[in-house]
Amino acid sequence: MTPTDQLHNRVAIVGVGESDIGKVPGMSGLGLNAQAAKRALDDAGLKVSDIDGLLTAYSFTEPYFMLGSVMCEYLGLKPRFNASMVVGGCSPAIMLKHAAEAIVSGQCETVLVCAGENRATGQTRDQAVSALMAVGHPYFEQPYGPSIPSFYAMIARRHMAEFGTTEEHLAAVAVTTRQHALLHDNAHMKKPLTMSEVLNSKPIADPLKMLDCCLLSDAGGAFIVTSVERAKDLKSKPVYLAGIGEFHTHEHIMCAPSLTAFGAKESGEAAYRMARMTPADIDVAQLYDCFTIVPMIELEELGFCGRGESGPFYLEGHARIGGKLPVNTHGGMLSHAHAGAAGGLLGIVEAVRQLRGGLGPRQVEGAEVALVHNEGGILSSHCTMIFTKDQY
Amino acid sequence: MNQELPIPTPNPDSQAYWDAAREDKLVIRRCASCTALHFMPRHLCPHCWSTDLQWVQASGKGTVHSFSVIRRAPLQSYAPRVPYVVALIDLDEGPRMFSNIVGDGALETQVGSRVDVCFEARGDYKIPQFSLVKS
Repeated sequence: MTPTDQLHNRVAIVGVGESDIGKVPGMSGLGLNAQAAKRALDDAGLKVSDIDGLLTAYSFTEPYFMLGSVMCEYLGLKPRFNASMVVGGCSPAIMLKHAAEAIVSGQCETVLVCAGENRATGQTRDQAVSALMAVGHPYFEQPYGPSIPSFYAMIARRHMAEFGTTEEHLAAVAVTTRQHALLHDNAHMKKPLTMSEVLNSKPIADPLKMLDCCLLSDAGGAFIVTSVERAKDLKSKPVYLAGIGEFHTHEHIMCAPSLTAFGAKESGEAAYRMARMTPADIDVAQLYDCFTIVPMIELEELGFCGRGESGPFYLEGHARIGGKLPVNTHGGMLSHAHAGAAGGLLGIVEAVRQLRGGLGPRQVEGAEVALVHNEGGILSSHCTMIFTKDQY
Repeated sequence: MNQELPIPTPNPDSQAYWDAAREDKLVIRRCASCTALHFMPRHLCPHCWSTDLQWVQASGKGTVHSFSVIRRAPLQSYAPRVPYVVALIDLDEGPRMFSNIVGDGALETQVGSRVDVCFEARGDYKIPQFSLVKS
């Protein structure tokens, strides 16, 4: 048994919440976190005084030093366990892992994990793009004028060159994801999308176009983690953490070992191993989708299809609700919400909801096992989570 | 609004790299212990952690591993250059670096295109850039 195997079936998510999403001009970034946290607490049926741990990530629009402590101060919490974690979009998954470790080792009992920013109304679009440019290496990438989309565009371009992937494949990801968002009342995007609209959208960084890129939303998300023992008599049905694994290969794209193989393979293998599962056991997946190429690569890395097969997988409808493996049933970061670390966190929220059931037309029938993948940087840091409806 | 393009920011790891670029030379780090070459310059070899490092001059020739044509500039200062090409270059010596493809036919760049280094003045320094090798 490796040390992390001790996390298998030891903690559960007992409450989830998302803030109002889209353009929410009446809310600060911290306010969005608080709204999501309050909804998660109500969902769990817990009291504020039950929370003895807090983890949060980072904020570009309200960039406090020591954001974890700032969040506790804002929420009036005095926890025994607290940190702000910065692993880019991968942060929510890593926070869940740290929360689980803290609970299993007895440091605390109930951890609130939250993230969110007002990226739609808290900054201008130019400020947003400029701030995100800081993701490029300051000395060896930024002098060349890269944009975030251009980094992912290079990954898409390499996928095309090696496997024959097409712009239609990428567009199918955006269209599929939008179809799902239309089934979610709180999704940022509310209009249907066609293949030709995606293919004819404004060029950003070839081969990526505007509609290959994620949203800039006002959004917050939160979930509450506790021990499986504590979870048993709470208000909402708990969802169990069966497996979790992380892997890190680089930060800047110039140092990526490959543009087609990333650390999601290793993080996924660790999660499957801890859960005693294989890709065939997964009923629904929430994959990080900051750009259309990203969930495609994750499908391949996580073993749901072979290298180069993810484009046809989307184009043939296998990722739709009702397909072989429904992906991003809430609409993902492409159509539901993206606001910093909240993007990946809302995938966890959706996985919990799918496993609880009762989502109407959005429900994946018979969903018992859900996989969520978060990535940070330029497919640099990876964490894969497997959740189950029942403890087994 | 500052319209200037970014200028190099040398630090103790990279001063020799930027000094060489000013002389139109592309230099990379070689580990005297394990012989591996690496980019970007560091205090130690990222393969074996030896601090016994040398600077070696690269041929300046390489191959485009991947690229993108940027149609929307991330900063105002790049707007006059749109459309421009960013690329990952595999140097013939092995290490990969990030750069622009500039000059004649840059928009015709393909994965696998052969490129050659050139240098562009930025402030008191120069940055390595690449242009397509005419076939």
